[in-house]
Order: sequence, then structure tokens, then C-alpha cells
Amino acid sequence: MVTRFLLLVALLSCQTQATGQQPFIVVASTTSTEQSGLFKHLLPAFEKLAGMQVRVVALGTGQALDMARRGDADVAFVHDTELELKFIADGHAVGRRDVMYNDFVLIGPKSDPARIAGGKDIVEGLKRVAESKAAFVSRGDRSGTHATELRLWGLSAVDPQSGKGGWYRETGAGMGPALNTASAMNAYILADRGTWISFRNRGESIIVVESDKRLFNQYGVMLVNPARHAHVKAELGNRFINWLVSAEGQKSIAAYSIEGQQLFFPNAAPGR
Amino acid sequence: MNGILPLRLEGVCFCAAGRTLLGAIDAQFSAGQRSVILGPNGAGKSLLLRICHGLIAPSAGRVLWAGEGRQAMVFQRPVMLRRSVLRNITYALSLAGVSRVEREARAMAALERVGLAALAQRAARVLSGGEQQRLALARAWALAPQVLFLDEPTANLDPGATRQIEVVIDEFHAAGTKIIMTTHNLGQARRMGDEILFIHHGLVAERAPVTQFFDAPASSEAQSFIKGEMPW
Amino acid sequence: MNTFGEAALESARLILGLDRQLLGIVGLSLEVSIAAAIFASLIGLPVGALIAVQKFPGRRLIVVTLNAFMGLPPVVVGLVVYLLLSRAGPLGDLGILFTPAAMILAQTVLVLPIIAALTRQAIEDAWREYEEQLRSLGVTPGHAALTLLWDCRFSLLTAILAGFGRAIAEVGAVMMVGGNIDSVTRVMTTAIALETSKGDLPLALGLGAILLLLVLALNALVLTIRDFAERRYG
Repeated sequence: MVTRFLLLVALLSCQTQATGQQPFIVVASTTSTEQSGLFKHLLPAFEKLAGMQVRVVALGTGQALDMARRGDADVAFVHDTELELKFIADGHAVGRRDVMYNDFVLIGPKSDPARIAGGKDIVEGLKRVAESKAAFVSRGDRSGTHATELRLWGLSAVDPQSGKGGWYRETGAGMGPALNTASAMNAYILADRGTWISFRNRGESIIVVESDKRLFNQYGVMLVNPARHAHVKAELGNRFINWLVSAEGQKSIAAYSIEGQQLFFPNAAPGR
Repeated sequence: MNGILPLRLEGVCFCAAGRTLLGAIDAQFSAGQRSVILGPNGAGKSLLLRICHGLIAPSAGRVLWAGEGRQAMVFQRPVMLRRSVLRNITYALSLAGVSRVEREARAMAALERVGLAALAQRAARVLSGGEQQRLALARAWALAPQVLFLDEPTANLDPGATRQIEVVIDEFHAAGTKIIMTTHNLGQARRMGDEILFIHHGLVAERAPVTQFFDAPASSEAQSFIKGEMPW
Repeated sequence: MNTFGEAALESARLILGLDRQLLGIVGLSLEVSIAAAIFASLIGLPVGALIAVQKFPGRRLIVVTLNAFMGLPPVVVGLVVYLLLSRAGPLGDLGILFTPAAMILAQTVLVLPIIAALTRQAIEDAWREYEEQLRSLGVTPGHAALTLLWDCRFSLLTAILAGFGRAIAEVGAVMMVGGNIDSVTRVMTTAIALETSKGDLPLALGLGAILLLLVLALNALVLTIRDFAERRYG
């Protein structure tokens, strides 16, 4: 009986090792890239080409950077340029590159209690949401989307905290769960277009405001600083980063679409 | 047989929750005679047996054995392990330090002694009550104890099974094992005992050879006990 | 739109399709949770049995603590194990964060109090019946613990099963220390959480149904073995 246990344990550890034999890197990334299905589209091609595995842990941008700061990832792939530059300045990561962008959209119920559907001015839209005290769901999780949302409230000169407990509802959840909540509450919510397009439980929700240049959403990639964390796989990590910004990687990003809609637009600066 | 006996009790008391349940008792048990402990419910018979066997430590007083030697006990309700009849005995033998090569033969001999050899491979817990008690005796037999304690060993059994148990106890006696048992069955006390210890309110009220005890009890407690409970 | 109807269709499609990816996820779920249940049993069974038969100062406190820890929140366990295994943590050099090994470790911690506490209860009940007989035979506490573990083996299956059930159903700990990495650390529960995030509720529910069927089948199997054995050994 005991020997059988030990045999099983040995077997398990073998299996665990077997999956560990192929070289791999861990990428701290955001829920929007994972949940929109982008990685599922991108990674197989790269993994085959490079003979390495890319393991993506999807979190909010803030959490993803925390994870990178602790040295638990080799590469960070996130979308909050301001925070990323600070992260680099603090010496936690190196070699940041722009990869792609998409944009944020304001989602709301078809009934549109704030009367803003079809608008192109996000600041005006948010002001009217606050004035009408229509329900608004916030990520509230220090993610890139959350940071953008807070910046936009700032531009609108509205303090959403005043609506806390009332129309302003912080969920502390990822993009998908927050969209589920908003859809169930018929609330407004700021979402990235990629997740929205791939989101299936829309219910009565539609896009109410889009195409404002302030809704621009830049994604960047960087290597966790090997000088800080000796175990970081710099060579493998750079291979992935270089591929993302290469002509081939950029083409692959552009090729990803759902129901005929392109989700991300490559914009890496060529040849560095 | 020299060794473990005689067993001497010196001022043995047992108290629980502020009540004295036993004692003080001074007594001696020598080899040979079958000692039967009688007494009404709650008199402290089983408690006395457990203190002698070492399962319960007395609150005061001492239990003194003359030397090293093996003792065994058979309980009112036999406790069998979830394994075969044979393995129940070899388990006891391994605890007693009997070498692995000897265990099986000794266990089988003990099973034959109680007439259970044919059931050696059966699961012990699915045996009948009488069979389980005989197995308990076989387990004790395999240990070859110098003293065997029996706590109302036939209380839950029908007359036929009771008879079988008594036969085995007789065989222990014939083999030189000192028998110390309790019972509620006065007929059994007469059949199985050489001497009677009559316990009343935690004290030894009377100790006498079996015929003397039943024909001419000295203490008034014993007199009324025998009258009240002797329809046969 | 009926989500439950879609979910039933979805799970049927998944099962009949024998999707390779689904098989991988189911396999990893079983592998991680079975391993955790085994490791937790290797520790929890003897510890629970010893606490049951041994009297020592502070025993009550340990029993109460053990019982309370049966309700450990998975996220808390996940967080603690994450901090331990993180590169910045004391066990960071092992480099096993975001691997199945980390998930097994976290679930072992989660399940250990359950198995130990249920074992303690079962063995203590049995000890009440066996104590006098075994002590009469001259048993030591350690040997008594072993004897009772073997004698209660069928009822202890339930304790192990309870631990396994807790492990395979939890999402908080494996999500945290496994990272829900596709094809590496994605298990049934984290896959369900992910599909829910994506708003694909029928797929999430379908996966949930498969998880439920799996746990049901395993329980039925173990209980059948137990019933059969109990009838045989009494």
C-alpha cells in the first residue's frame, strides 16, 4: 500500500518534470490580452518557431507589475504607459517597447438613462453619467483599465468616490467579471475593445461612446530587470519581445480578429 | 508455578468525582484456585478486575505482583479487529513479542482448542457473539498467560454458547492458569468457582470456599444477595 | 435564451467530442487534487490518529484548531503559499511558482486539516471501543494508532474523499499559485472562472457539469468499494 503511494508520487513528479523540460518563460500580462483570446492566437506560432513555451499569467496591470517586481515573471506585457515608465525608472524592468494599441469604449444599457449613446466625447459622457446618477461599474482593481478610467474621471472633474455606495460601484474584478456585473445591473462601464468584442454575455449592453482619442489604449512589453533578479531568463525573454515587435509578430497581431473585427493594432517602432 | 503469583492488593482504593467506588481492599490471589468475584450491580467487581489487570490505576494503595509474567483479560463484549480470525490472534502474539515464525502455529493451536480452526480465514467481526467470545479466549490461550481475568464473559450469550465458554475456561484451569472472573450467574459461580469473593459497596464483604459461601454465608449481605437472586 | 439548456448541450458536446484540451484540463485537475489528497493523507492520517489515542497537554487546543482549520479559505492558503514560493519569498529558489507542484502544495495545505480532523474523530470513536482490549494486549500509543488506522480503513476513505472533494472544487488557491496558465496550470475550476470572465456562461456551466459528474463518479466508486468491504469485514 505504502509502496504504491510512493510509486504514484514518483510518477507524478516525473510528469511534472517532463513538462518542465522544454525551456519556457513566464509572462505577467493583463486579463484583456488573455481573455480576448489574443495569446491563444499569437503563441502557438511563436512557440513552434522558437522552440520554447510562453506561460501567461493574466492579472490586472497593477498586479502583473507587482508580480514582475517580486521576480515571479520574466516578461511583463501590460497597458498603462505612465505606470510602465515609472516601473522602468524604478529599475524593476528594462527595454520597454510599444507593441500595439486598441481603444477603450464606454459600454452602457440600450435604455441609456444618461442619454449619451452615439457620443464621441468621453469626458462629456462621463459627466452626464455622474449627473444622472446612472449606475456605473468600475474595475476598482488597479488594472490598466481602472487607471485609465480614473484619469478620465479626473478630466471630467467628477469625483466618483462621491457616488460610492450609490451609483458608482467598484467590483475589484477583472474585465470579464466586471462586464458580467455591468450587464446584469444595466450599468455603464469602461472596457477595452478587445475584451468587449470577444465578450459573449452582453445582454442589453451596447457601445455608447467610442472613437475619442483620449480612449487610446497602448500596450507595452518589457523584460524584468535581470540585474535585480538573477534567475530571469533574459535571453529567452528578449527572444519573445523581439518577435512581438518584429514584422512577423506585428503581422500576426494585426491578423487577429473576431467576427471580422480587428482587436489590436500593431504600432511597434520599426528597427531599433 | 512460580512467577507472577501471588498477586497482592494493599489498601487499594478508587475514587471518581469525589465518590469512593472501591476500597480500601486488601487481598491476595494465589496460584491454583479459581476465584469468582460476586456482588450486586455497581458493587465494583469489574473495576476491581481492571485495577488488578493494570488497565486502571488505583487512586490509592498498591497492586503487587510477585514477578514478571503474562496475564490476559477477556471482556464482556469481545473486541475484534477488522481482519481474519487467525490474524486477530497473530496480532496479539506480535504485540507480546512472539517471533514471526512461531505466531501462526500457536494461533492455529489456540483456534483448535476452542473449536474455531475451520473459521481461521473468516473475518472476525462477522462471527456470532458466542464465536467471537471463543475467539477472545483463543487469543488469550495463544498468549499462555499465568493469570486470566474474565469480566462476565457469558453475560450476553445463550446457554449453549455459555457452556462452550465454560469448557474452555476449565481447560485454562487444567493447564495451570489462575482464573479470576466476575459473573452475575450464580449457577456459573457454583460450577466455575473454587472460592468466592463477595463485593458489596466497594468492599470485600466475604471471602469463602464456594460450598461454604452458598450453603452457609457468614455475612448478612451475602445471605440476602443469594436469597434474592437464587431461583435455581 | 436558456443558459442551462445551452450548458447541457455544451457539456454533451465537450464530452462526446473528447476534446484534447479538455482532457488535458481534466487530467491535470485529477492529478493535482489526487496528489494533494495523497500527500495530505500521508501526513494527516497518522497525525490525526496519534492525536486521537495519545493524551498530552494542549491536546484540546490542537483539536479545536484542527477543526477550525477545516474551514481555511482557499484564497488565504493560496496567498500564503504564493508569498512563500515567490522569488522574493523564503522558498523562491525552488522556482516552482506557477507550476503544478505549487498547486499540489497549496491544496495539500488546504486539505490537510480536513483529513487530519476527520481522521482524529473517526479514530477517537474507534479507540473508545478498542482501548481496553488493545491496552490489555500491551499496545503502545504509536502501535495503537497504526492498528486503528488499518482497522478504520474503510471509514477513513470518507475522510480522504472529503479532502479530495475540497481540493478539486476549490479555485482560489490554484488560481493564485498556479496562475491559470493555458496547458500548464489550467484546471477545471480555473477554466470555469476564465470562461465566466469571458462571459461564455454556457461553456463555463458545461465544464462545471463535467466536474460534477467526475466527482460524483469517483465518490460512487469509493463508496461502493467501502460498502463491499464493510459487508465482508464487518
